Amino acid sequence: MLRLENVSLELGGKRILHDLNFETRPGEIHSILGANGTGKSTLASVILGLGGYRDIGGRILFHGEDITALGVSERAQRGITMAWQEPARFEGLSVGEYLAIGRRGTRGDAPDPAECLLKVGLAPAGYLARAVDGTLSGGERKRIELASLLTMAPKLAILDEPDSGIDALSIDCVVEVIRTFSRNGTTVLLITHHEEVAEIADRASSLCGGTVLKTGDPVAVARFFRNNCQECLHVNAPQLGGLE
Amino acid sequence: MTTGLPEQLEALAAAYEASGGHAASLFDGSSASLSVSGNAVIGSNEIPGVHIEGTALPNGVRAVITVDPGAVVARPVHLCFGVVPEEGVQEIVSEYRIGDGARAAFVAHCTFPNALRVRHVMNARMQIGKGAEMTYSETHFHGDRGGAEVLPALKVFLEEGGVLKNEFRLTRGTVGRLKAEYEAELGRDAVCEFYAKAYGKMDDRIVVRESIYLNGENARGLAKSRIVSSGRCQSEVIGEVVGNAPFSRGHIDCVEILKGAHARASAVPRLVVVDDRAKLTHEAAIGSVDKKQVETLMARGLSEDEAVDVVVRGMLR
Repeated sequence: MLRLENVSLELGGKRILHDLNFETRPGEIHSILGANGTGKSTLASVILGLGGYRDIGGRILFHGEDITALGVSERAQRGITMAWQEPARFEGLSVGEYLAIGRRGTRGDAPDPAECLLKVGLAPAGYLARAVDGTLSGGERKRIELASLLTMAPKLAILDEPDSGIDALSIDCVVEVIRTFSRNGTTVLLITHHEEVAEIADRASSLCGGTVLKTGDPVAVARFFRNNCQECLHVNAPQLGGLE
Repeated sequence: MTTGLPEQLEALAAAYEASGGHAASLFDGSSASLSVSGNAVIGSNEIPGVHIEGTALPNGVRAVITVDPGAVVARPVHLCFGVVPEEGVQEIVSEYRIGDGARAAFVAHCTFPNALRVRHVMNARMQIGKGAEMTYSETHFHGDRGGAEVLPALKVFLEEGGVLKNEFRLTRGTVGRLKAEYEAELGRDAVCEFYAKAYGKMDDRIVVRESIYLNGENARGLAKSRIVSSGRCQSEVIGEVVGNAPFSRGHIDCVEILKGAHARASAVPRLVVVDDRAKLTHEAAIGSVDKKQVETLMARGLSEDEAVDVVVRGMLR
């Protein structure tokens, strides 16, 4: 479904991604584990096609189409989107309007905004008219970001640490939303530091030094991550020999 | 609603609608209202607790609006000032007297839909009594030809516990030349919020000066501006807050967005603390539309232009 072939990226003269090969399967939840600075968010930006992350080596295929040269909008129109770790805030834009933007490109069979808010544990009556601005807490904003993706019914949802900065109870809600994506046929690329969250995935990959070290059963990959990467010596300095 | 009205009033009503107002509210007998075209008062309605006095000046109108002490005005007072012809001068000298404990909202529309050479000067004074609350929302529409010169100047005096929320909005059509100057003096526990929103295009020039003097203990002031400049527009925002009294709080919040390579913007915040127990803060951001906001919307399928438009329109609401 999504396939990255020998993807490399340099930023400011520093190699961030290094001959990275990676593949997702339709409808799967695929966790990405890695210490800080190993390239997880960069990988997300490359897949989304953000400015500054497009001049890559290698290529990206989505449903067989080479999308390497496409911009963010074109990729979104093909069903690729992302929930940011720190979502943007919008003065004067209501939650209802924000959610409706994601729904615009769907065929009309996507769930409506109120339904999506309920799925992320927010009462529509209390949120649809509120602005997506600084009056929302970090946790509320992250839930609204997930609701925004639900309205879009994407083919690939990249979730960049949806479980960071929220309370323990909310993590259960986030996990349920991730499963909802999968049930709806959306492939989820889940970037997380929490092993217990990573383990809900169908498969997982461990990232180190800008490349994929190991892909497979999430419990096994999480164990590998715990044993080899928690005190990583390879951040921004790939010396991967011996780890595998 | 305008059928059968004198021609001048009908034209102004149409212009009022064009500026985003609802002309029916000008003629609704249950709301207080004042309509001024050029130097003529062409419509006025008083209701219990609200008194409106309009007199012609050589080039405009003097208006005195009084809200009785303790009066709670249920529906907004509607004001319409306009110059419908392509050329003209209009000078409005207005005074608002809000009695102690009164509460009133004003909705004003200033419309110059055909302006090629129209000059509109507004000298307003607001006296807000003890514990009184006033909101004043002014929306301008200057047409698409860039021929308006608009010079509003407002002086506000807030007595103990008085509250003013003042909003100026010029976000549709062109601006032309705008120099808006707002100044407020606050007594003890008084609150004043100035909001200015404008969207400049072509060769528009925008200057907004907001000054707040916190003279009474616990007074609170906010000067907030949101300006978008495109084309060759130039904008300047000067925010000033002076903390003269203990425990007074003031904040300046300015965002100016530039669209295109030829627009220019500047922001000059000035904070003066006279009493060392006062606390004043400011934040200003000038530049292009926030990249992360745009990318987020693009990741929902919008084009870059559509995304910028959503951000800008939200900010100017």
